[in-house]
Amino acid sequence: MTELVNGKGLTLIPKTDAKQTLKDFKSDQEVRWCPGCGDYAILAAVQSFLPELGLRRENIVFVSGIGCSSRFPYYLNTYGFHSIHGRAPAIATGLAASRPDLSVWVITGDGDALSIGGNHLIHALRRNVNLNILLFNNRIYGLTKGQYSPTSEVGKITKSTPMGSLDKPFNPISLALGAEASFVARTLDSDRKHLQSVLREATAHRGTSLVEIYQNCNIFNDNAFEPLKDPEVRDEITLRLEHGQPIASATKAVVRAAGGGIEVVPRAEAADDRILVHDAHRPDPSLAFALSRLDEPSFEHVPIGIFRQVDRPAYDVLMAEQLDEAVAQKGPGDLGGLLMGGDTWRIG
Amino acid sequence: MTKQVQQLDRVIIRFAGDSGDGMQLTGDRFTAGTAEFGNDLSTLPNFPAEIRAPAGTLPGVSSFQLHFADHDILTPGDAPNVLVAMNPAALKANLGDLPRGADIIANTDEFTKRNLQKVGYAASPLDDDSLSEWRVHAVPLTSLTVRALEGFDLSKKDAERSKNMFALGLLSWLYHRPTEHTISFLEQKFAKKPEIAKANIAAFQAGWNYGETTESFSVSYEVKPARLTPGVYRNISGNQALAYGLIAASVQSKLPLFLGSYPITPASDILHELSRHKEFGIRTFQAEDEIAGVGAALGAAFGGALGVTTTSGPGVALKAETVGLAVTTELPLIVVDVQRAGPSTGMPTKTEQTDLLMALFGRNGESPVPVVAPMSPSDCFDAAIEAARIAVKYRTPVMLLSDGYLANGSEPWRLPDVSELPDISQEFTTAPNGADGEFLPFKRDPDTLARPWAIPGTAGLEHRIGGIEKADGTGNISYDPNNHDLMVRTRAAKINGIDVPELDVDDPDGDARVLVLGWGSTYGPIAAAVRRIRKSGGKIAQAHLRHLNPLPANTGDVLRHYDKVLLPEINLGQLALLLRARYLVDIISYNRVRGLPFKAEELAGVIQDVIDSD
Repeated sequence: MTELVNGKGLTLIPKTDAKQTLKDFKSDQEVRWCPGCGDYAILAAVQSFLPELGLRRENIVFVSGIGCSSRFPYYLNTYGFHSIHGRAPAIATGLAASRPDLSVWVITGDGDALSIGGNHLIHALRRNVNLNILLFNNRIYGLTKGQYSPTSEVGKITKSTPMGSLDKPFNPISLALGAEASFVARTLDSDRKHLQSVLREATAHRGTSLVEIYQNCNIFNDNAFEPLKDPEVRDEITLRLEHGQPIASATKAVVRAAGGGIEVVPRAEAADDRILVHDAHRPDPSLAFALSRLDEPSFEHVPIGIFRQVDRPAYDVLMAEQLDEAVAQKGPGDLGGLLMGGDTWRIG
Repeated sequence: MTKQVQQLDRVIIRFAGDSGDGMQLTGDRFTAGTAEFGNDLSTLPNFPAEIRAPAGTLPGVSSFQLHFADHDILTPGDAPNVLVAMNPAALKANLGDLPRGADIIANTDEFTKRNLQKVGYAASPLDDDSLSEWRVHAVPLTSLTVRALEGFDLSKKDAERSKNMFALGLLSWLYHRPTEHTISFLEQKFAKKPEIAKANIAAFQAGWNYGETTESFSVSYEVKPARLTPGVYRNISGNQALAYGLIAASVQSKLPLFLGSYPITPASDILHELSRHKEFGIRTFQAEDEIAGVGAALGAAFGGALGVTTTSGPGVALKAETVGLAVTTELPLIVVDVQRAGPSTGMPTKTEQTDLLMALFGRNGESPVPVVAPMSPSDCFDAAIEAARIAVKYRTPVMLLSDGYLANGSEPWRLPDVSELPDISQEFTTAPNGADGEFLPFKRDPDTLARPWAIPGTAGLEHRIGGIEKADGTGNISYDPNNHDLMVRTRAAKINGIDVPELDVDDPDGDARVLVLGWGSTYGPIAAAVRRIRKSGGKIAQAHLRHLNPLPANTGDVLRHYDKVLLPEINLGQLALLLRARYLVDIISYNRVRGLPFKAEELAGVIQDVIDSD
């Protein structure tokens, strides 16, 4: 097992001794999602999780793009910036890079993050800016009333695709790992305990943490993740990823395949020492990537949990170090000296 | 042999060669020597967008024009007195600009059959009488350079590369330029390659000595130092001045500078310059695209930084939505547009004033943005501070409209006393402003209509902003019709109420009947043309707009005071459209969009025609 020296995600952010509760993080604004939307569960999970961090509330900022999920910041009594479609990672990057004392969260959806904002997302991930990105994936466009999204399955019948969608969806986890994100996880809107355990690790991680949250849109794509919630089958198909633990469900196990990859076999067929033990801290992302492909193309078995969690210097810290180094080399900036710095001459 | 020395009051030299011939460097060094000598000067680099177009072709020609004088001058000059042509392409591309009697110094070594053919010369123009209108000095620059460097351990190719320094030496002799700076410059530039440094210095000195000894040059010229306002000067380009202005704005506003930018010609040098000055606490962020550049700057502004993004026209088009977000969230932001020839990619290295209407109106919704335009390379310094002052005081994005001519052109700049720069700092809001102890992020200052700027980390002022319409005062989401009407009008009123100085009119006797108006980089050529008119006894008034939004309060009065208003613009009449609409005053437009600045003589002719017409 690779050991991690990170977990310092919060050290630069001021703490409070005051006791905080869920109520402290509720804003006075009426929540306006559709009744039954998965967003309610995520909001409640985040609001009840934040007090645990013990951070000064004023040092927390939620930045969002456009979409149903992007209304999130209005409902939290922290600083918030509801921006424009797809651009939240860019705006949050400027904020987090210039303010290492802030806990900056990005709230985004599958359309916002992976279609219009895809470029900003991958670049935030590769830079490793200190952001917690919560990607609410409901595999549909909600706010524009039901068009297929970049995570919708092929053949999706929607208003804009009456004969079925043609394009292959993105797998957000594979995409994030491809961009060499340092923290990549998947969780579920309805599993508050798991969701909060992932948030705990994500906030402890200094750098970009991408958390995909399977979120149900009960209006336009109801029950998209039902198998993961159905007590009859969920324990069979859910492959919990826990660092240092074998990757297996009640009936299935992940093992090394003969060809060099990995495969899912009936648990009964896999001896305990054959079952792959999850190492989220592996510097090489290829095994995490292989895990992210296990649910393709169907929902037969779905890994949930932290795929990858590795140490990499955070962008804001590196940026601040360069400023310090410049001061160490040249002394603090002197405007008069700068202007006089070229070839000058005197007249009169 | 004692050579004759002739006194001149001003000279225009154009160095022209292949993109790889080092003409920009040669021009820069001649400029440095000229600045050191104390002449007033103005420069105009002109180069292709391609890094190395095919050698010896017309598209590959790169040139650098320098105008220097014993008095203050305003432009890089209309027509060169001297053309240094490093090859046939450079001759052919520039000959049309040369007035009769001008000197041509041609590098005969490059006038080979092949090079002549490349540009369509059947025979060498140096050998027939096709150049008889000019004074041609045929100099084998390349072979003279190679011979001068025989003692060095260099390949022939490396030796040939120093031919631009030979040319610089020759021109430095011809115009009595000091040599010390060029020598120490070469020593520093090639500090890690001492052999190359020595070779370049030797080539430079050989060029100087050649001038002294050859009979090809019987006269050398002296241009006495100019009597400029006393002070300490340096030569500066618009992009460098703009970068320094942004640094000064950061210091004077007490806000850390955050630059979010994506490389684009001709704005990239501002990014380069700012990234070299991190000791001022400047964060420079090379973004994944133009949109991320402005987005990051806006995010940093939300966090209390002086957010800046730098780009050219195509980038402004991409940033439009984010600028609109800055308008509605009312956060300070500086958007620098170094205009270039468009539409689309256009001509990236050529200048234009065609983004004015985009800067003013190129966003969805009623989205007013203040616009400031510098009028000379060194004015980019002050204009950047002014843009920052407005942005910070009124919590608004500000467009700073430079252009390719200002960006790359240079002039002597009298350094300001930094202790006299304006204090443009504003306090962050740190306490609730509501009657019941609550914080109202859109409760405005009654004078400026600016909203509070409360940054994350400030306890008790937690609030949410965004692109959705906000209720007056609370900033909560609002779809109320009357509230939207109020907010649209209030945002407009805030921008219209920005304090900008009155428009000054230069009308020495107060009896001119024609006003020539300009904005941005046309100041130099217009002012030079105005001088010509007045010198010949004509009456003409001049005014120049530095603030394009809001316009100075007296603009309408100034326009109406004159019988005729002439407005030269390097576009098809964008400001004229605006002034006509706003003041119902007719404007006589003069428009050229050639990718080049106006010439003083050209404008003088246009002004005279307007004066003479009924």
